[in-house]
Amino acid sequence: MVQYSATHLDASFAALSDATRRGILERLGQADASISTLAEGFQMTLTGMKKHVSVLEQAGLVMTEKVGRVRMCKLGRYTLEAEAAWMQQQRALWEARFSALDRLVEDLQRKEA
Amino acid sequence: MALNESNTTGVTVERVSDCELVVTRKVKGPSRLVFKAWADPALFPKWWAPASFCVTIISYEADVRTGGTYRLVMGHASSDQPMAFFGRYIEVVPGARIVWTNDEGDEEGAVTTVTFEDQDGETLVVVRDLYPSKEALDEAIASGSTGGWGEQLEQLEKLVQDSGSGVAES
Repeated sequence: MVQYSATHLDASFAALSDATRRGILERLGQADASISTLAEGFQMTLTGMKKHVSVLEQAGLVMTEKVGRVRMCKLGRYTLEAEAAWMQQQRALWEARFSALDRLVEDLQRKEA
Repeated sequence: MALNESNTTGVTVERVSDCELVVTRKVKGPSRLVFKAWADPALFPKWWAPASFCVTIISYEADVRTGGTYRLVMGHASSDQPMAFFGRYIEVVPGARIVWTNDEGDEEGAVTTVTFEDQDGETLVVVRDLYPSKEALDEAIASGSTGGWGEQLEQLEKLVQDSGSGVAES
């Protein structure tokens, strides 16, 4: 479990307390999007969407990057931590499986001998 | 992203591309026997669901040959609902290779390929999960049982709701 500072948690809670911002995170979970695409999708002005994205960005939930004249948004480091945790879980699962497989193959070899 | 730890049992798990996850490990013994442990329906349940993960195999049927199908039902200590995993074997080459589909989800699932290669009395096992898209692998990660984004978001949301105005005031 990753530890977060109280300040960071406050920022996350504040960011997530808004239904539109939760919607933006779900949308970015499917694919990266520009601010204008997001504004269109949520039927909102560009300025309004910029504010929401900025709140999410400060909470570390979203990262933005200027690509040419467009500001692209993607999920932030929170999600990268989720991926790292998932990979770690996969590795632990396969480690346990392979340990059991080792014992089984050893048994099979002994029976053949 | 790669997680390599040679000081333990030497499993590596790596997301080699947007759509592909690869697990690698060497097993002592000939590929013939490692393949058998994988392909024999009586042997497979003995190692696939480790007790330390609180999962149990409720039932397992598999016809491990090209065109055959499998169905695996597992239970988890934290859930009343059993989970069913099923699919079809696209290719089976005894001692060398098994390729199967994972059809349990709503969308097109990953295709898993496991290969067995003899190396000085050991067998190099490579498990490759190929997802139909980056989004599909991201989704699998997000819905994962631990650390998943969906779960995290739900928990945060619940916390916010439970603590009512307290959060807003802090």
